[in-house]
Amino acid sequence: MSAADSEKPRKFRAAKRMREIMTEYYIEAKGAGSTGKKVAWITSGGPVEPLIAMDVIPVYPENYGAMIGASHMGGDLCAKAEAMGYSTDLCSYARADIACARENGGPIGGLPKPDMLICCNNICGTVLKWYETHARYFDVPLFIFDTPFCHTEFPDIARKYVHRQLDEYVAFLEEACGRPFDLEKSSEVGRRSLEGQRLWQEVLDTAAHRPAPMTAFDAFFFLALIVTLRGTQVVVDFYRELLSEMRERIEQGVWAIPNERFRLLWDNLPVWYRLKWLSDTFASHDACLVADTYTTAWCGSMKYIDENDFFGSMAEAYTRIYLNIGVDEMAKTIFSMIDKYQVDGLVMHSNRSCKPYSFGQYDIMRMVQEEKGIPCMIIESHMTDERSFSESQTLTRIEAFMEMIRQRKGLRS
Amino acid sequence: MERIVEEFKKASADPIAYGRALKEDGRKIIAFFCTYTPEEIIHASGVHPMRLFGTTRDSSAADRHLQAYCCSLVRGALAQALSGELDFIDGAVFPHTCDSIQRLSDIWRLNTAYGFFADVVLPVKLTSASARSYFEDVLAKLRSDLEKGLSTRISDDDLRASIRTYNSIRASLSELYGFVSRGASPLLPGDVSALVRGSMILERSAAERLLKELVRAHDGIGRKDTNLKRVMLVGGLCDHPDIYRLLLDSGALVVWDDLCSGSRYFEGAIPEDGDPIANLAGRYFERAVCPAKHSSTTARARRLVEAAIRERVQGVIFLQLKFCDPHAFDYPYLKETLDSHSIPSMLLEIEDQLPPEGQLLTRFETFVQTI
Ligand code: SF4
Ligand code: SF4
Repeated sequence: MSAADSEKPRKFRAAKRMREIMTEYYIEAKGAGSTGKKVAWITSGGPVEPLIAMDVIPVYPENYGAMIGASHMGGDLCAKAEAMGYSTDLCSYARADIACARENGGPIGGLPKPDMLICCNNICGTVLKWYETHARYFDVPLFIFDTPFCHTEFPDIARKYVHRQLDEYVAFLEEACGRPFDLEKSSEVGRRSLEGQRLWQEVLDTAAHRPAPMTAFDAFFFLALIVTLRGTQVVVDFYRELLSEMRERIEQGVWAIPNERFRLLWDNLPVWYRLKWLSDTFASHDACLVADTYTTAWCGSMKYIDENDFFGSMAEAYTRIYLNIGVDEMAKTIFSMIDKYQVDGLVMHSNRSCKPYSFGQYDIMRMVQEEKGIPCMIIESHMTDERSFSESQTLTRIEAFMEMIRQRKGLRS
Repeated sequence: MERIVEEFKKASADPIAYGRALKEDGRKIIAFFCTYTPEEIIHASGVHPMRLFGTTRDSSAADRHLQAYCCSLVRGALAQALSGELDFIDGAVFPHTCDSIQRLSDIWRLNTAYGFFADVVLPVKLTSASARSYFEDVLAKLRSDLEKGLSTRISDDDLRASIRTYNSIRASLSELYGFVSRGASPLLPGDVSALVRGSMILERSAAERLLKELVRAHDGIGRKDTNLKRVMLVGGLCDHPDIYRLLLDSGALVVWDDLCSGSRYFEGAIPEDGDPIANLAGRYFERAVCPAKHSSTTARARRLVEAAIRERVQGVIFLQLKFCDPHAFDYPYLKETLDSHSIPSMLLEIEDQLPPEGQLLTRFETFVQTI
């Protein structure tokens, strides 16, 4: 541990700016009542661009869930949801957020009340149930953007269905805002969204450098903007700055892990309440988590976007995102990340909160072992509910895993 | 009557044995796991559709593929598929419902080789015109997938004939359930449950015939009053005949349910003329939804209360499969709604096995005494 402790990871300049942006964003959202702007709660993978074009402030309960987790408030809030009758086996984002909505008990004094709810099920079925709960409680309109699951393909019938929903979405927004939809403005937002996604991907790509200037833990932090403010100029400017900071680091030789010897890939959401501990633990083994499947998900379906027809191509891009595809398709993405980032091992977070992300991991793990021959390990948690996390068990597993990696590389511990 | 009920009981208690025997007779069999499977289309292809409940004594074969926090239905189904227990099936169909079934489909596709395989990626919201036409498109796709996969043709008339068979089965089940609820039948609630589950397993024309016979046998049977409390079961699948028996021992009669192995299976007749695919789709938009689908944010609670009032229900028992997200999400608000109508309820969480009998009996007795 001592090596990692003495050489504290060097702070990112951009971190301060990012905090400012997030603070401004939440202040604006919470002040919506006085500015007359409408607030929409929307799922993390939802099509947000039309909202921005309509000057509606998007608010993300999942981003809030991450804040709750990182500030160790998840256990308490989840317990409150359980007292309301919600099973402890449900997604801890949903439990914590539902409890907050009723009690206003979380960070930043709770989220601003929604005027409407936009639920896109491209990430899971949980969000459908979660948003139904909110729709009943807040008694506001709910729009469901239904994105058929693409096990192996995206058939034309599904394409047609999702396309038709774009029109329904527009009609819903016009009704909710009492204003006509501006397609021109929406295309502009679309271009900025795409630009933001490109830059985010480029930021993540810098970790392909050996040694890496950033880790997945940094990505978990910097992710907030592409999630919450995708489609705005702020995001584009911010990631451009962050990108140049990364490049500077590479030029100046500032590495995320001072003596990077091993490069790892992380799968699934972060364990929000143990970020630092996990980061330190891996660093103590000179291991750098250079990439992860989670933060990549916000730029993973860029290939389906047509720059000149963002609105039209959005249907496909939002349907074929990482979680809405078959296990074998996910494995292919992981294979290419292993190659791209030159990874020595795969850390799979088996996340009790997220069944669609976690079921199938064992199969992917076997495929990775067969195809790529690298060691894999499993960490189990409920990503926002710290009550069930076992630090000692996780530590034992990490140690055994790192030992395997060292052996495989012919190194002694 | 006993003879007929016995047949359904036997099939529902051991679907595997029934499937094997049918296979030996030369029938092709396609398995499914959820009431959102458009069985009529499979049936119209001449293949036997058979529902599996994931009930198995040993689900360890699934441990290499699924974490411990997966529901026993998915775990059991996969274990059966991997252990060779399902060697008699010719394929399986996976309608899109919950996240777990969705991943089961992937894992199944990657690890088994049972011939026919189809995902039926239904819409999740059942409210819009676009969802309705997509639903029809998905059914049409299943039809053509089956035609290709089984080298057969499914005509509109085949579909209509199949719809008639299913309408008849569903109508009989609904009538029989009514007899039992009204106390005008020698049958017990557990028998009715076996009839419903058995109907998903038995050769459908046989099921149709036997159920009709059973309905006829009820002619002239008068009502008998009992002192039993009237209760209703709410949840997903109930493949535990013991629950009905223990409730009876505790002084309660199951007079209605909202289960996919109960009323959700047989409610809703399908028009027999016109475009069969559109008619099939229509039923899913009208019947009570399962919590994995969206019809409105309040429809389930409303239906529940209506049914409870109609059937003069005195208490509701929620049967929840551990790790079943869609049902667990609906529970607090369903309970709240029942509370506001002064209908008492209890929650029973089930893993793959029931809690010990004595313990369960005590819980039921305690509940029944308070209602
Ligand atoms: S963590 Fe998983 S289950 Fe929870 S909201 Fe996100 S995608 Fe859905
Ligand atoms: S709906 Fe519930 S019981 Fe059914 S497969 Fe899904 S999680 Fe399991």
